[in-house]
Amino acid sequence: MTVIEAKSLDLTFQTNDGPVHALKGVDLQIGKGEFVSFIGPSGCGKTTFLRCVAALETPTGGSLTVNGMSPDEARRSRAYGYVFQAAGLYPWRTIARNIKLPLEIMGFDRAAQERRVDEVLKLVDLEGFGSKYPWQLSGGMQQRASIARALAFDADILLMDEPFGALDEIVRDHLNEQLLALWARTEKTIGFVTHSIPEAVYLSTKIVVMSPRPGRITDIIDSPLPKERPLDIRDTPEFLAVAHRVREGLRAGHAYD
Amino acid sequence: MRSVLPVLTVIAALLALWYIAVVPMNAARAVEQAARSDVTLGTADLIRATMDMERPRLPSPHQVFAELWDSTVEKKVTSKRSLVFHGWITLGATLWGFALGVSLGIALAVGIVYSRVMEMSVMPWAVISQTIPIVALAPMIIVLSSSVGIEGRGVPKAIISAYLCFFPVLVGMVKGLRSPDQMQLDLLKTYGASGAAVFWKLRLPSSVPYLFTSLKIGIAAALVGTIVGELPTGAIRGLGARILIGDQFGNPIMIWSALFAAAILAGALVTLMSLLQSVTLKRMGMAR
Repeated sequence: MTVIEAKSLDLTFQTNDGPVHALKGVDLQIGKGEFVSFIGPSGCGKTTFLRCVAALETPTGGSLTVNGMSPDEARRSRAYGYVFQAAGLYPWRTIARNIKLPLEIMGFDRAAQERRVDEVLKLVDLEGFGSKYPWQLSGGMQQRASIARALAFDADILLMDEPFGALDEIVRDHLNEQLLALWARTEKTIGFVTHSIPEAVYLSTKIVVMSPRPGRITDIIDSPLPKERPLDIRDTPEFLAVAHRVREGLRAGHAYD
Repeated sequence: MRSVLPVLTVIAALLALWYIAVVPMNAARAVEQAARSDVTLGTADLIRATMDMERPRLPSPHQVFAELWDSTVEKKVTSKRSLVFHGWITLGATLWGFALGVSLGIALAVGIVYSRVMEMSVMPWAVISQTIPIVALAPMIIVLSSSVGIEGRGVPKAIISAYLCFFPVLVGMVKGLRSPDQMQLDLLKTYGASGAAVFWKLRLPSSVPYLFTSLKIGIAAALVGTIVGELPTGAIRGLGARILIGDQFGNPIMIWSALFAAAILAGALVTLMSLLQSVTLKRMGMAR
Protein backbone atom coordinates (compact mmCIF):
# COMPACT_ATOMS: atom_id res chain seq x y z
CA MET A 1 0.00 0.00 0.00
CA THR A 2 1.43 3.38 -0.97
CA VAL A 3 1.52 5.96 1.79
CA ILE A 4 3.50 8.76 0.18
CA GLU A 5 3.49 9.26 -3.57
CA ALA A 6 5.33 12.01 -5.48
CA LYS A 7 4.98 12.41 -9.24
CA SER A 8 7.36 14.72 -11.12
CA LEU A 9 7.40 16.99 -8.09
CA ASP A 10 8.96 20.44 -8.61
CA LEU A 11 9.74 23.16 -6.11
CA THR A 12 11.37 26.37 -7.24
CA PHE A 13 12.24 29.13 -4.78
CA GLN A 14 12.35 32.65 -6.17
CA THR A 15 15.35 34.40 -4.65
CA ASN A 16 17.17 37.65 -5.35
CA ASP A 17 19.80 35.68 -7.25
CA GLY A 18 17.16 34.14 -9.50
CA PRO A 19 15.17 30.92 -9.20
CA VAL A 20 16.58 28.02 -7.17
CA HIS A 21 15.40 24.56 -8.18
CA ALA A 22 15.16 22.89 -4.80
CA LEU A 23 13.33 19.89 -6.27
CA LYS A 24 13.05 18.89 -9.91
CA GLY A 25 11.05 15.99 -11.32
CA VAL A 26 11.02 13.92 -8.14
CA ASP A 27 9.18 10.59 -8.55
CA LEU A 28 8.91 8.44 -5.46
CA GLN A 29 6.60 5.91 -3.87
CA ILE A 30 6.83 5.00 -0.21
CA GLY A 31 4.89 1.97 1.00
CA LYS A 32 3.35 1.41 4.40
CA GLY A 33 5.83 0.35 7.06
CA GLU A 34 8.91 1.23 5.01
CA PHE A 35 11.93 2.93 6.51
CA VAL A 36 13.12 5.35 3.85
CA SER A 37 16.32 7.37 4.16
CA PHE A 38 17.10 10.42 2.08
CA ILE A 39 20.80 10.99 1.63
CA GLY A 40 22.76 13.59 -0.26
CA PRO A 41 24.85 16.70 0.23
CA SER A 42 23.49 20.03 1.46
CA GLY A 43 21.14 21.64 -1.04
CA CYS A 44 20.03 18.38 -2.66
CA GLY A 45 16.47 18.90 -1.52
CA LYS A 46 16.17 16.02 0.94
CA THR A 47 14.92 18.22 3.75
CA THR A 48 12.78 20.20 1.31
CA PHE A 49 11.10 16.99 0.17
CA LEU A 50 10.32 16.04 3.77
CA ARG A 51 8.94 19.52 4.40
CA CYS A 52 6.73 19.20 1.33
CA VAL A 53 5.32 15.95 2.73
CA ALA A 54 4.66 17.80 6.00
CA ALA A 55 2.99 20.69 4.14
CA LEU A 56 5.62 23.09 5.50
CA GLU A 57 6.57 23.89 1.88
CA THR A 58 4.25 24.05 -1.10
CA PRO A 59 5.47 22.37 -4.31
CA THR A 60 5.33 24.49 -7.46
CA GLY A 61 4.66 21.58 -9.78
CA GLY A 62 3.77 17.88 -9.99
CA SER A 63 1.66 16.01 -7.47
CA LEU A 64 2.21 14.78 -3.94
CA THR A 65 -0.19 12.70 -1.89
CA VAL A 66 0.06 11.47 1.69
CA ASN A 67 -2.35 8.66 2.59
CA GLY A 68 -4.11 9.51 -0.68
CA MET A 69 -4.74 13.07 0.51
CA SER A 70 -3.04 16.39 -0.09
CA PRO A 71 -0.26 17.09 2.46
CA ASP A 72 -2.44 19.77 4.06
CA GLU A 73 -5.35 17.39 4.57
CA ALA A 74 -2.98 14.73 5.80
CA ARG A 75 -1.70 17.12 8.46
CA ARG A 76 -5.23 17.86 9.59
CA SER A 77 -5.90 14.14 9.91
CA ARG A 78 -2.75 13.85 12.08
CA ALA A 79 -1.04 11.59 9.55
CA TYR A 80 2.52 12.36 10.61
CA GLY A 81 4.79 13.38 13.45
CA TYR A 82 7.83 15.49 12.63
CA VAL A 83 11.21 15.35 14.39
CA PHE A 84 13.57 18.23 13.76
CA GLN A 85 17.36 18.32 13.90
CA ALA A 86 17.25 20.05 17.29
CA ALA A 87 15.09 18.53 20.00
CA GLY A 88 13.38 21.89 20.47
CA LEU A 89 11.87 21.00 23.82
CA TYR A 90 10.32 23.90 25.72
CA PRO A 91 12.63 24.74 28.63
CA TRP A 92 9.65 25.79 30.77
CA ARG A 93 7.91 22.43 30.45
CA THR A 94 8.89 19.11 31.99
CA ILE A 95 9.51 16.21 29.61
CA ALA A 96 5.99 14.88 30.25
CA ARG A 97 4.42 18.28 29.59
CA ASN A 98 6.54 18.69 26.45
CA ILE A 99 5.10 15.44 25.17
CA LYS A 100 1.63 16.66 26.08
CA LEU A 101 2.06 19.79 23.95
CA PRO A 102 0.67 18.32 20.69
CA LEU A 103 -2.02 16.50 22.69
CA GLU A 104 -3.18 19.75 24.32
CA ILE A 105 -3.27 21.50 20.96
CA MET A 106 -5.17 18.64 19.35
CA GLY A 107 -7.66 18.55 22.20
CA PHE A 108 -7.05 15.15 23.80
CA ASP A 109 -8.69 14.84 27.21
CA ARG A 110 -6.59 14.69 30.35
CA ALA A 111 -6.81 10.97 30.94
CA ALA A 112 -5.81 10.24 27.35
CA GLN A 113 -2.91 12.68 27.66
CA GLU A 114 -1.54 10.94 30.75
CA ARG A 115 -1.94 7.50 29.20
CA ARG A 116 -0.19 8.43 25.96
CA VAL A 117 2.68 10.17 27.73
CA ASP A 118 3.31 7.00 29.73
CA GLU A 119 3.15 4.89 26.57
CA VAL A 120 5.57 6.91 24.48
CA LEU A 121 8.01 7.46 27.35
CA LYS A 122 8.20 3.68 27.54
CA LEU A 123 8.70 3.43 23.77
CA VAL A 124 11.77 5.70 23.81
CA ASP A 125 13.12 4.23 27.07
CA LEU A 126 12.63 7.36 29.16
CA GLU A 127 10.40 5.97 31.88
CA GLY A 128 10.80 7.92 35.09
CA PHE A 129 12.09 11.03 33.34
CA GLY A 130 8.67 12.61 32.81
CA SER A 131 9.04 15.10 35.66
CA LYS A 132 12.54 16.23 34.65
CA TYR A 133 13.20 19.46 32.80
CA PRO A 134 14.97 19.29 29.42
CA TRP A 135 18.23 20.79 30.72
CA GLN A 136 18.48 17.92 33.18
CA LEU A 137 18.75 15.44 30.27
CA SER A 138 21.65 14.67 27.92
CA GLY A 139 21.44 15.62 24.24
CA GLY A 140 20.59 12.07 23.20
CA MET A 141 17.85 11.80 25.82
CA GLN A 142 16.42 15.13 24.72
CA GLN A 143 16.23 13.92 21.15
CA ARG A 144 14.49 10.74 22.32
CA ALA A 145 11.99 12.92 24.19
CA SER A 146 11.36 14.85 21.00
CA ILE A 147 10.74 11.55 19.17
CA ALA A 148 8.30 10.62 21.95
CA ARG A 149 6.56 13.96 21.40
CA ALA A 150 6.21 13.17 17.69
CA LEU A 151 4.81 9.73 18.50
CA ALA A 152 2.39 10.95 21.16
CA PHE A 153 -0.64 11.41 18.92
CA ASP A 154 -0.08 8.08 17.23
CA ALA A 155 0.51 9.22 13.65
CA ASP A 156 1.26 6.45 11.15
CA ILE A 157 4.12 8.34 9.55
CA LEU A 158 7.24 9.62 11.31
CA LEU A 159 9.23 12.26 9.42
CA MET A 160 12.73 12.81 10.80
CA ASP A 161 15.02 15.56 9.58
CA GLU A 162 18.59 14.66 10.60
CA PRO A 163 17.40 13.94 14.13
CA PHE A 164 20.78 12.63 15.29
CA GLY A 165 22.94 15.01 13.26
CA ALA A 166 24.07 17.00 16.27
CA LEU A 167 25.00 14.00 18.41
CA ASP A 168 28.31 12.18 18.71
CA GLU A 169 28.78 8.86 16.98
CA ILE A 170 28.56 6.65 20.05
CA VAL A 171 25.24 8.12 21.14
CA ARG A 172 24.13 8.00 17.53
CA ASP A 173 24.80 4.26 17.20
CA HIS A 174 22.79 3.65 20.33
CA LEU A 175 19.89 5.77 19.13
CA ASN A 176 19.93 4.12 15.71
CA GLU A 177 19.57 0.74 17.39
CA GLN A 178 16.72 2.02 19.54
CA LEU A 179 15.02 3.61 16.56
CA LEU A 180 15.05 0.30 14.67
CA ALA A 181 13.55 -1.44 17.68
CA LEU A 182 10.89 1.24 17.96
CA TRP A 183 10.12 0.95 14.25
CA ALA A 184 9.79 -2.83 14.52
CA ARG A 185 7.40 -2.49 17.46
CA THR A 186 5.20 0.28 16.06
CA GLU A 187 5.28 -0.58 12.33
CA LYS A 188 5.30 3.09 11.43
CA THR A 189 6.35 4.44 8.06
CA ILE A 190 9.51 6.48 8.57
CA GLY A 191 11.07 9.14 6.35
CA PHE A 192 14.58 9.87 7.57
CA VAL A 193 16.94 12.55 6.28
CA THR A 194 20.66 12.03 6.92
CA HIS A 195 24.17 12.98 5.82
CA SER A 196 25.65 9.70 6.95
CA ILE A 197 26.02 6.73 4.59
CA PRO A 198 26.40 4.09 7.36
CA GLU A 199 23.38 5.49 9.18
CA ALA A 200 21.25 5.40 6.02
CA VAL A 201 22.29 1.85 5.13
CA TYR A 202 21.94 0.56 8.68
CA LEU A 203 18.42 1.90 9.19
CA SER A 204 16.66 1.77 5.88
CA THR A 205 14.61 -0.60 3.80
CA LYS A 206 14.89 1.94 0.99
CA ILE A 207 17.61 4.52 0.40
CA VAL A 208 16.93 7.54 -1.78
CA VAL A 209 20.14 9.10 -3.07
CA MET A 210 19.79 12.74 -4.09
CA SER A 211 22.01 15.39 -5.66
CA PRO A 212 21.87 19.17 -5.82
CA ARG A 213 21.39 21.89 -8.48
CA PRO A 214 18.67 21.03 -9.27
CA GLY A 215 17.61 18.84 -6.33
CA ARG A 216 16.78 15.43 -7.80
CA ILE A 217 16.87 11.71 -7.14
CA THR A 218 19.86 9.91 -8.66
CA ASP A 219 19.26 6.42 -7.27
CA ILE A 220 16.71 4.49 -5.24
CA ILE A 221 18.12 1.42 -3.51
CA ASP A 222 15.94 -1.29 -1.97
CA SER A 223 18.03 -2.72 0.80
CA PRO A 224 18.63 -6.49 0.74
CA LEU A 225 19.48 -6.47 4.45
CA PRO A 226 17.19 -8.44 6.81
CA LYS A 227 14.81 -6.60 9.11
CA GLU A 228 16.67 -7.87 12.16
CA ARG A 229 19.87 -5.80 12.27
CA PRO A 230 22.42 -6.00 15.07
CA LEU A 231 25.03 -3.20 15.00
CA ASP A 232 27.75 -5.56 13.69
CA ILE A 233 25.77 -6.10 10.49
CA ARG A 234 27.74 -3.08 9.36
CA ASP A 235 30.81 -5.30 8.83
CA THR A 236 29.07 -7.77 6.51
CA PRO A 237 29.74 -7.78 2.73
CA GLU A 238 26.03 -7.16 2.02
CA PHE A 239 26.10 -3.99 4.08
CA LEU A 240 29.31 -2.79 2.43
CA ALA A 241 27.88 -3.50 -1.01
CA VAL A 242 24.86 -1.29 -0.31
CA ALA A 243 27.08 1.44 1.15
CA HIS A 244 29.24 1.23 -1.97
CA ARG A 245 26.22 1.66 -4.22
CA VAL A 246 25.10 4.71 -2.20
CA ARG A 247 28.54 6.22 -2.60
CA GLU A 248 28.45 5.53 -6.35
CA GLY A 249 25.04 7.21 -6.53
CA LEU A 250 26.34 10.28 -4.76
CA ARG A 251 29.34 10.40 -7.12
CA ALA A 252 27.13 10.05 -10.19
CA GLY A 253 25.18 13.07 -9.04
CA HIS A 254 28.39 15.08 -8.83
CA ALA A 255 27.63 15.39 -5.17
CA TYR A 256 31.31 15.64 -4.30
CA ASP A 257 31.87 18.79 -6.36
CA MET B 1 31.50 36.53 51.98
CA ARG B 2 34.43 37.21 49.65
CA SER B 3 32.45 39.96 47.94
CA VAL B 4 31.91 41.87 51.19
CA LEU B 5 35.39 43.38 51.26
CA PRO B 6 35.33 44.93 47.75
CA VAL B 7 31.80 46.25 48.34
CA LEU B 8 32.81 47.87 51.62
CA THR B 9 35.96 49.25 50.01
CA VAL B 10 33.96 50.99 47.29
CA ILE B 11 31.53 52.45 49.84
CA ALA B 12 34.40 53.69 52.01
CA ALA B 13 36.11 55.26 48.99
CA LEU B 14 32.90 57.05 47.96
CA LEU B 15 32.37 58.37 51.50
CA ALA B 16 35.97 59.56 51.68
CA LEU B 17 35.62 61.33 48.34
CA TRP B 18 32.43 62.95 49.58
CA TYR B 19 34.04 64.19 52.82
CA ILE B 20 37.02 65.54 50.90
CA ALA B 21 34.70 67.42 48.53
CA VAL B 22 32.78 68.97 51.43
CA VAL B 23 35.74 71.11 52.53
CA PRO B 24 36.34 73.19 49.35
CA MET B 25 32.61 73.35 48.59
CA ASN B 26 31.76 74.95 51.94
CA ALA B 27 35.04 76.69 52.85
CA ALA B 28 34.20 80.11 51.36
CA ARG B 29 30.91 80.29 53.19
CA ALA B 30 32.44 79.10 56.46
CA VAL B 31 35.13 81.78 56.27
CA GLU B 32 32.47 84.38 55.48
CA GLN B 33 30.39 83.35 58.48
CA ALA B 34 33.44 83.39 60.75
CA ALA B 35 34.41 86.83 59.53
CA ARG B 36 30.94 88.13 60.29
CA SER B 37 31.42 87.15 63.94
CA ASP B 38 35.03 88.42 63.91
CA VAL B 39 36.67 85.03 64.27
CA THR B 40 39.69 83.87 62.30
CA LEU B 41 39.67 80.15 61.64
CA GLY B 42 42.66 77.83 61.76
CA THR B 43 42.81 74.99 59.26
CA ALA B 44 41.43 72.40 61.66
CA ASP B 45 38.64 74.70 62.77
CA LEU B 46 37.79 75.51 59.16
CA ILE B 47 37.50 71.84 58.25
CA ARG B 48 35.37 71.20 61.30
CA ALA B 49 33.15 74.14 60.42
CA THR B 50 32.57 72.93 56.83
CA MET B 51 31.37 69.58 58.13
CA ASP B 52 28.52 70.89 60.24
CA MET B 53 27.10 73.95 58.53
CA GLU B 54 23.45 74.74 58.87
CA ARG B 55 23.02 75.58 55.18
CA PRO B 56 25.96 73.98 53.40
CA ARG B 57 26.41 73.99 49.65
CA LEU B 58 27.33 70.33 50.00
CA PRO B 59 26.13 68.65 53.18
CA SER B 60 28.49 66.11 54.70
CA PRO B 61 27.48 62.44 54.78
CA HIS B 62 26.77 62.29 58.50
CA GLN B 63 24.43 65.28 58.21
CA VAL B 64 22.48 63.58 55.43
CA PHE B 65 22.24 60.30 57.30
CA ALA B 66 21.23 62.05 60.52
CA GLU B 67 18.47 63.85 58.61
CA LEU B 68 17.45 60.57 56.93
CA TRP B 69 17.27 58.88 60.34
CA ASP B 70 15.39 61.79 61.86
CA SER B 71 12.84 62.05 59.06
CA THR B 72 12.14 58.33 58.80
CA VAL B 73 12.53 56.68 62.19
CA GLU B 74 12.04 59.60 64.60
CA LYS B 75 9.05 61.25 62.91
CA LYS B 76 5.56 59.79 62.94
CA VAL B 77 4.76 58.37 59.49
CA THR B 78 1.70 60.63 59.25
CA SER B 79 3.84 63.74 59.75
CA LYS B 80 4.39 66.05 56.77
CA ARG B 81 8.08 65.99 57.68
CA SER B 82 8.36 62.21 57.49
CA LEU B 83 10.15 60.82 54.47
CA VAL B 84 8.20 57.59 54.95
CA PHE B 85 5.02 59.60 54.35
CA HIS B 86 6.42 61.26 51.22
CA GLY B 87 8.01 58.04 50.02
CA TRP B 88 4.64 56.32 50.39
CA ILE B 89 2.97 58.97 48.20
CA THR B 90 5.68 58.57 45.56
CA LEU B 91 5.55 54.78 45.78
CA GLY B 92 1.79 54.75 45.20
CA ALA B 93 2.00 56.87 42.06
CA THR B 94 5.01 54.84 40.89
CA LEU B 95 3.16 51.55 41.19
CA TRP B 96 0.08 52.90 39.39
CA GLY B 97 2.27 54.31 36.65
CA PHE B 98 4.22 51.06 36.48
CA ALA B 99 1.05 48.99 36.14
CA LEU B 100 -0.26 51.33 33.46
CA GLY B 101 3.07 51.44 31.58
CA VAL B 102 3.60 47.68 31.71
CA SER B 103 0.07 46.97 30.45
CA LEU B 104 0.49 49.52 27.67
CA GLY B 105 3.95 48.19 26.76
CA ILE B 106 2.76 44.58 26.59
CA ALA B 107 -0.39 45.46 24.63
CA LEU B 108 1.57 47.50 22.09
CA ALA B 109 4.23 44.78 21.79
CA VAL B 110 1.58 42.15 21.01
CA GLY B 111 0.07 44.49 18.40
CA ILE B 112 3.46 45.18 16.84
CA VAL B 113 4.45 41.51 16.68
CA TYR B 114 1.18 40.49 15.06
CA SER B 115 0.54 43.45 12.78
CA ARG B 116 2.92 44.83 10.21
CA VAL B 117 0.74 47.96 10.00
CA MET B 118 1.08 48.55 13.73
CA GLU B 119 4.82 47.99 13.59
CA MET B 120 5.15 50.66 10.90
CA SER B 121 2.75 53.11 12.52
CA VAL B 122 3.36 52.73 16.27
CA MET B 123 7.04 51.87 16.65
CA PRO B 124 8.43 55.18 15.30
CA TRP B 125 6.17 57.15 17.66
CA ALA B 126 7.20 55.02 20.60
CA VAL B 127 10.84 55.83 19.83
CA ILE B 128 10.12 59.54 19.31
CA SER B 129 8.18 59.66 22.58
CA GLN B 130 11.36 58.80 24.46
CA THR B 131 13.35 61.62 22.88
CA ILE B 132 11.11 64.34 24.30
CA PRO B 133 12.38 65.57 27.68
CA ILE B 134 9.86 64.45 30.26
CA VAL B 135 10.45 67.67 32.23
CA ALA B 136 8.97 69.62 29.32
CA LEU B 137 6.02 67.30 29.03
CA ALA B 138 5.14 66.90 32.70
CA PRO B 139 3.53 70.34 33.26
CA MET B 140 1.44 69.90 30.10
CA ILE B 141 0.14 66.55 31.29
CA ILE B 142 -0.80 68.09 34.65
CA VAL B 143 -2.55 71.06 33.04
CA LEU B 144 -4.37 68.80 30.59
CA SER B 145 -5.53 66.35 33.24
CA SER B 146 -6.83 69.11 35.52
CA SER B 147 -8.61 70.75 32.58
CA VAL B 148 -10.50 67.53 31.88
CA GLY B 149 -11.57 67.56 35.51
CA ILE B 150 -9.19 65.10 37.18
CA GLU B 151 -8.67 66.12 40.80
CA GLY B 152 -5.33 65.87 42.52
CA ARG B 153 -1.88 64.92 41.30
CA GLY B 154 -2.15 61.13 41.51
CA VAL B 155 -3.41 60.48 37.99
CA PRO B 156 -1.13 62.85 36.06
CA LYS B 157 1.86 61.60 38.06
CA ALA B 158 0.99 58.01 37.18
CA ILE B 159 0.64 58.99 33.51
CA ILE B 160 4.08 60.64 33.49
CA SER B 161 5.55 57.63 35.20
CA ALA B 162 3.86 55.26 32.72
CA TYR B 163 5.17 57.39 29.86
CA LEU B 164 8.73 56.63 30.95
CA CYS B 165 8.32 52.96 31.80
CA PHE B 166 6.22 51.60 28.90
CA PHE B 167 9.12 51.85 26.47
CA PRO B 168 11.58 49.32 27.91
CA VAL B 169 8.68 46.91 28.36
CA LEU B 170 7.59 47.44 24.76
CA VAL B 171 11.07 46.83 23.36
CA GLY B 172 11.74 43.83 25.58
CA MET B 173 8.40 42.20 24.84
CA VAL B 174 8.70 42.67 21.07
CA LYS B 175 12.05 40.92 21.24
CA GLY B 176 10.69 38.25 23.60
CA LEU B 177 7.57 37.48 21.59
CA ARG B 178 9.73 37.16 18.49
CA SER B 179 12.34 34.98 20.19
CA PRO B 180 10.95 31.54 19.13
CA ASP B 181 12.88 30.37 16.08
CA GLN B 182 11.45 29.10 12.81
CA MET B 183 11.83 25.48 13.87
CA GLN B 184 9.64 26.06 16.94
CA LEU B 185 6.99 27.72 14.79
CA ASP B 186 7.19 24.91 12.18
CA LEU B 187 6.74 22.34 14.92
CA LEU B 188 3.50 23.95 16.07
CA LYS B 189 2.42 24.20 12.44
CA THR B 190 2.77 20.43 12.06
CA TYR B 191 0.29 20.11 14.95
CA GLY B 192 -2.11 22.42 13.11
CA ALA B 193 -1.93 24.85 16.05
CA SER B 194 -4.12 27.96 15.95
CA GLY B 195 -2.70 31.47 16.27
CA ALA B 196 -3.99 31.63 19.83
CA ALA B 197 -2.23 28.37 20.72
CA VAL B 198 1.04 29.66 19.24
CA PHE B 199 0.71 32.79 21.37
CA TRP B 200 -0.23 31.19 24.68
CA LYS B 201 1.91 28.05 24.45
CA LEU B 202 5.01 29.35 22.70
CA ARG B 203 5.39 33.11 22.26
CA LEU B 204 4.22 34.25 25.69
CA PRO B 205 6.24 31.77 27.78
CA SER B 206 9.31 32.44 25.60
CA SER B 207 9.02 36.15 26.34
CA VAL B 208 9.02 35.84 30.15
CA PRO B 209 12.80 36.19 30.68
CA TYR B 210 12.78 39.25 28.41
CA LEU B 211 9.79 40.69 30.28
CA PHE B 212 11.57 40.56 33.62
CA THR B 213 14.67 42.27 32.29
CA SER B 214 12.38 45.02 31.04
CA LEU B 215 10.45 45.19 34.30
CA LYS B 216 13.63 45.90 36.23
CA ILE B 217 14.45 48.85 33.98
CA GLY B 218 10.79 49.84 33.88
CA ILE B 219 10.24 50.10 37.63
CA ALA B 220 13.27 52.36 38.04
CA ALA B 221 12.06 54.49 35.13
CA ALA B 222 8.60 54.67 36.69
CA LEU B 223 10.06 56.00 39.94
CA VAL B 224 12.10 58.62 38.09
CA GLY B 225 8.96 59.56 36.14
CA THR B 226 6.95 60.02 39.32
CA ILE B 227 9.60 62.19 40.96
CA VAL B 228 9.88 64.30 37.80
CA GLY B 229 6.10 64.53 37.85
CA GLU B 230 6.30 65.94 41.38
CA LEU B 231 9.11 68.40 40.67
CA PRO B 232 7.95 71.16 38.35
CA THR B 233 4.31 71.05 39.29
CA GLY B 234 4.15 72.61 42.70
CA ALA B 235 3.23 69.36 44.38
CA ILE B 236 3.49 69.48 48.16
CA ARG B 237 3.63 65.75 48.81
CA GLY B 238 6.07 63.13 47.56
CA LEU B 239 9.85 62.81 47.37
CA GLY B 240 9.96 65.12 44.35
CA ALA B 241 8.11 67.76 46.32
CA ARG B 242 10.64 67.39 49.16
CA ILE B 243 13.47 68.01 46.71
CA LEU B 244 11.67 71.06 45.32
CA ILE B 245 10.84 72.48 48.76
CA GLY B 246 14.40 71.89 49.95
CA ASP B 247 15.60 73.83 46.92
CA GLN B 248 13.17 76.70 47.47
CA PHE B 249 14.03 77.03 51.14
CA GLY B 250 17.75 76.70 50.53
CA ASN B 251 18.02 73.49 52.53
CA PRO B 252 20.47 71.13 50.77
CA ILE B 253 20.32 68.60 53.61
CA MET B 254 16.64 68.11 52.88
CA ILE B 255 17.33 67.70 49.14
CA TRP B 256 20.06 65.17 49.74
CA SER B 257 18.09 63.12 52.20
CA ALA B 258 15.12 63.03 49.79
CA LEU B 259 17.51 61.95 47.01
CA PHE B 260 18.83 59.17 49.20
CA ALA B 261 15.31 58.11 50.11
CA ALA B 262 14.50 57.93 46.38
CA ALA B 263 17.63 55.91 45.70
CA ILE B 264 16.84 53.49 48.52
CA LEU B 265 13.27 53.13 47.24
CA ALA B 266 14.53 52.47 43.68
CA GLY B 267 16.99 49.90 44.98
CA ALA B 268 14.26 48.15 46.94
CA LEU B 269 11.91 48.07 43.94
CA VAL B 270 14.55 46.70 41.56
CA THR B 271 15.54 44.08 44.13
CA LEU B 272 11.90 43.10 44.47
CA MET B 273 11.70 42.65 40.68
CA SER B 274 14.86 40.51 40.70
CA LEU B 275 13.35 38.38 43.42
CA LEU B 276 10.12 38.02 41.47
CA GLN B 277 12.17 37.09 38.41
CA SER B 278 14.13 34.33 40.09
CA VAL B 279 11.02 32.91 41.78
CA THR B 280 9.03 32.92 38.53
CA LEU B 281 11.80 31.45 36.39
CA LYS B 282 12.41 28.81 39.02
CA ARG B 283 8.74 27.87 39.10
CA MET B 284 8.71 27.74 35.30
CA GLY B 285 11.70 25.42 35.43
CA MET B 286 13.90 27.80 33.46
CA ALA B 287 16.37 28.55 36.24
CA ARG B 288 19.11 26.02 36.74
